[in-house]
Amino acid sequence: MNLNLTLIGQAIAFAVFVWFCMKYVWPPVMQALQERQKKIADGLDAASRANRDLEVAQEQANETLRESKEQAAEILEQAHKRSNQMIEEARDNARQEGERMIANARTEIEQEVNRAKEELRAQVSRLAIEGAERILESSIDEAKHRELVDKLAAEL
Amino acid sequence: MAVSNPTPTEYIQHHLQNLTFGLHPEHGWSMAHSAEQAAEMGFWAIHLDTMGWSIALGVLFLFVFRKAAKAASTGVPGGLQNFVELMVEFVDNSVKETFHGKSKLIAPLSLTIFCWIFLMNLMDLVPVDVLPMLAQKIAVLFGADPAHVYFKVVPTTDVNATLGMSLSVFALMIFYAIRSKGLSGFIGELTLHPFNTPNNKLVQALLIPVNFLLEVVTLLARPISLALRLFGNMYAGELIFILIALLGLWQLPLHFPWAVFHILIVVLQAFIFMMLTIVYMSLAIEEH
Repeated sequence: MNLNLTLIGQAIAFAVFVWFCMKYVWPPVMQALQERQKKIADGLDAASRANRDLEVAQEQANETLRESKEQAAEILEQAHKRSNQMIEEARDNARQEGERMIANARTEIEQEVNRAKEELRAQVSRLAIEGAERILESSIDEAKHRELVDKLAAEL
Repeated sequence: MAVSNPTPTEYIQHHLQNLTFGLHPEHGWSMAHSAEQAAEMGFWAIHLDTMGWSIALGVLFLFVFRKAAKAASTGVPGGLQNFVELMVEFVDNSVKETFHGKSKLIAPLSLTIFCWIFLMNLMDLVPVDVLPMLAQKIAVLFGADPAHVYFKVVPTTDVNATLGMSLSVFALMIFYAIRSKGLSGFIGELTLHPFNTPNNKLVQALLIPVNFLLEVVTLLARPISLALRLFGNMYAGELIFILIALLGLWQLPLHFPWAVFHILIVVLQAFIFMMLTIVYMSLAIEEH
């Protein structure tokens, strides 16, 4: 239990160990710890940032989707309208055409009738003239002839 | 057993004697062959077992921690790195909680104190006869008398070791106190407290010796209590291990519970030494 040189030796050893620890052990470990802390903090930061970005992107995607749906609906509506219009137009055209054709046919028929009438008239007059000639050839009986002519005239 | 058929007293005394090398008044520089010779050497002697084990354990501590520190990366830490980082963070937190000054020395100092003292205390858990007997066997190979081969394994049961550390801490305390308060501040702290009469200079001057006496006792009590607390705890623990070892077969059921209990003391005393060092350092830099 006597105090001796061991005390000084121990103090020197202690000083050397503390110096070594301070110089070569503590700083690298502390540095590693701090760097890891920073790295983890950065990682968490990046994760939250990415989360935020994802939210924004999702919102944008939803917005775009909504817009495109609206556009599609609009286009569809326009197409419907246009097709209806086209059908309407085509129907109108067809009706007009039909009416025009009917009118044409009618005028043609009228012309035909008129021509036939003209022809008939011409034939009647020719027949009348022929009949008159024949009557004139045989004899003229006024009473009889008048009756005949009247009959002819009534036929016209 | 140390001597061929030792009495219990001889056995205990043999176990409590350090392996001493020193300047004997008659034999010159030589190994001490008995406790009397070691005592006759006085101050000029060195305990080879204490120095050897403490340096070996300190080197072991620094080797392991240096290895981890060199491999320290910011990635996922491995087992050893995890352990070292745990210790470093534990010490760092203890220092930050107590010591509010700025110093690059205090934290590594505390880490060294804690780990080194822990390892030295831990040697207490090696069965008391194993290493001394091994040392005897080796010494006999070199032609030594086995009865004179003393070997004390636990450095902290040597008051020289604990005082060596606590006096180093004491020197640092004074250095920090003077650095942060200046020499006059340090002397003022020693002489103007706890009795202080700012209004009466004469009474103040008369009180200086009283204050000085009180403060010096307070100051000196710190390193001495620091050293003796650790020494006393470990010495008592070691002594009980030796007593248990004397019991023959009965030592088997007794060794284990005492060893388990001693684990607590081993860690606790290392922790107390470290915490008190930090506290003393912070007292040294803080104004009262």
